[in-house]
Amino acid sequence: MSGLGSGLRKAAPQLACLAVILFFNWLAFPGFFDLRLQDGRLFGSLVDVLNRGAPVAILAIGMTAVIASKGVDLSVGAVMAMAGAVAATMTVEGYSLPVVLLSSLAVGIACGLLNGLLVAVLELQPIVATLILMVAGRGIAQLITEGVIVTFVEPGLIFFGTGSFLGLPMPVIIAAALALLTVLVVRRTALGLLIESIGVNRSASTYAGINSRLLIVMIYTFCGFCAALAGIIAAADIRGADANNAGLWLELDAILAVVIGGTSLLGGRFSILMSVLGAIIIQSMNTGILISGFPPEYNLIVKAAVIILILLVQAASLSGFKLLLRPGAAATARKAEA
Amino acid sequence: MTRILKTMLLGSAIALALGGSGLAADLTVGFSQIGSESGWRAAETSVTKLEAEKRGIDLKFADAQQKQENQIKAIRGFIAQGVDAILVAPVVATGWESVLEEAKDAEIPVILLDRGIDGSPDLYMTMVASDQVLEGKVAGEWLVKDAAGKECSVVELQGTTGSSPAINRKKGFEEAIAGTPTIKIIRSQTGDFTRAKGKEVMEGFLKAEGGGKNICALYAHNDDMAVGAIQAIKEAGLKPGADIKVVSIDAVPDIFKAMADGEANATVELTPNMAGPAFDVLEKFKADGTMPPKQIITESKLYTPADDPMKVYEEKKGLGY
Repeated sequence: MSGLGSGLRKAAPQLACLAVILFFNWLAFPGFFDLRLQDGRLFGSLVDVLNRGAPVAILAIGMTAVIASKGVDLSVGAVMAMAGAVAATMTVEGYSLPVVLLSSLAVGIACGLLNGLLVAVLELQPIVATLILMVAGRGIAQLITEGVIVTFVEPGLIFFGTGSFLGLPMPVIIAAALALLTVLVVRRTALGLLIESIGVNRSASTYAGINSRLLIVMIYTFCGFCAALAGIIAAADIRGADANNAGLWLELDAILAVVIGGTSLLGGRFSILMSVLGAIIIQSMNTGILISGFPPEYNLIVKAAVIILILLVQAASLSGFKLLLRPGAAATARKAEA
Repeated sequence: MTRILKTMLLGSAIALALGGSGLAADLTVGFSQIGSESGWRAAETSVTKLEAEKRGIDLKFADAQQKQENQIKAIRGFIAQGVDAILVAPVVATGWESVLEEAKDAEIPVILLDRGIDGSPDLYMTMVASDQVLEGKVAGEWLVKDAAGKECSVVELQGTTGSSPAINRKKGFEEAIAGTPTIKIIRSQTGDFTRAKGKEVMEGFLKAEGGGKNICALYAHNDDMAVGAIQAIKEAGLKPGADIKVVSIDAVPDIFKAMADGEANATVELTPNMAGPAFDVLEKFKADGTMPPKQIITESKLYTPADDPMKVYEEKKGLGY
């Protein structure tokens, strides 16, 4: 129980940001919190936030593991486009749903494996290693779709984008399930600790007996898997694979979600759930801008201003601010400095 | 030994090439295309090839992959090959003076397709393009006629903020509905010309306007956004095409499918056939030296479900959209 308490305390700045953004959304549009049942599924702006935030949340889950290992994966947007392209073209060619899903996920896993090998074995800088696939991946996706938007009508695949389960949209269910599973795996085993130790100091971890090479390959592979999952959802959502635009710039949103969640880009300590919260914060802001009725010219400025505010609040609450409020802690810090 | 062989091969190749161009009395035209960044662009390329084939024109095609330097290289290549004319779809508006000057010195007429350039109009023979303001206007006029004096609140899905089609198509639509106070744009937001964003923004519109009850029509700056929005309308439990009218621009195949299903009401064609009018003026110029006007505006044709959408869909499907 104390774990939950301290977790909530740590999440306080992010939760406060989310509350403030939701409050402003409510000011801009009083019906923001309205929910109703429509054809057996919940319908409302809050559901939209979760539903539209799900792909970025899924990307952020994989990205958190990568960033915790002191890496970064810029290719997730392109991998989304590739996975979507594979899913759509194979569906159009009449393959059955399980084959389509497995092949599409396999593409993501293969991409992640490639990234992981480049980073762990060839020891390329992660930003460069994944930049390769970021550029090439979209080209490959365009080759797969032959430059057109491949549309499909297969209800099974569409279900992953627009279906619902227990009244919630499928993307939300998938993101939540993936988040819970990942948390269980990294926190109920030593895996999370090993990832953090690699992120803090890879050579020390290797000398301590951790197979850092294998672990890094696994982390990037997992990230590729997450990207493929997000790609399937994105394609299923619009019933087509749009290789030019699917997942475009989403790698940046995913990194931002991780940063807002408080995981350091320098590697080390991480929290999957906080990254998911970060993704929800970003999407509540996006949805808020859409329903606010502002002219679109302001979209990016509003977004940038809000993000700066969030990061400032976070920084203040993590360091100086706390010391100011707690003289005892400030004294300890001064003593430590001296 | 190999060197001699190579020289001989090269020599015969040149002789063949010269002989080939000398024998063909028909036109040889170089076409520097931007790339294939959108379905429309791909369709423009295939229609250009079809039009050239139809007229017996020898088309030399160069794909610039979105880079101006590639286009300049391609144009220099065309000049060196001594083509009869050059078609360019310029990727950017600036920086064409020197290469077009070279074409002019070589007395090769240049025709711009689809986009204009900054610089002296003397540098090119003519420009074939659509009138984006007119496209918006045709869409707006359709809605004015369709609403027939009834109150109609319109939501607008804009193209990428700041892009010229977004600005012009918005302007044209607003001009068309300006004289009709019963038609109002109540919400306008960018959908970045994509399906996914069109759907997401429409979901927002539907929530913000009483679940869609206050919305009478959707105007999307391109068909892709409209196709995304149609899905959002359906998921909100409304009937697109009936509860919310859908009018958009471009006339890509998928909107015809939606029209056939009764889910879209009208689209304004941005014709991929820019090369047809270009070849027309070129043939005329070669025949009797008629100089065309500096700007040729393509037709902005309105399609509605009355135009046998499934037939148009089948026709357009093969063009590589």
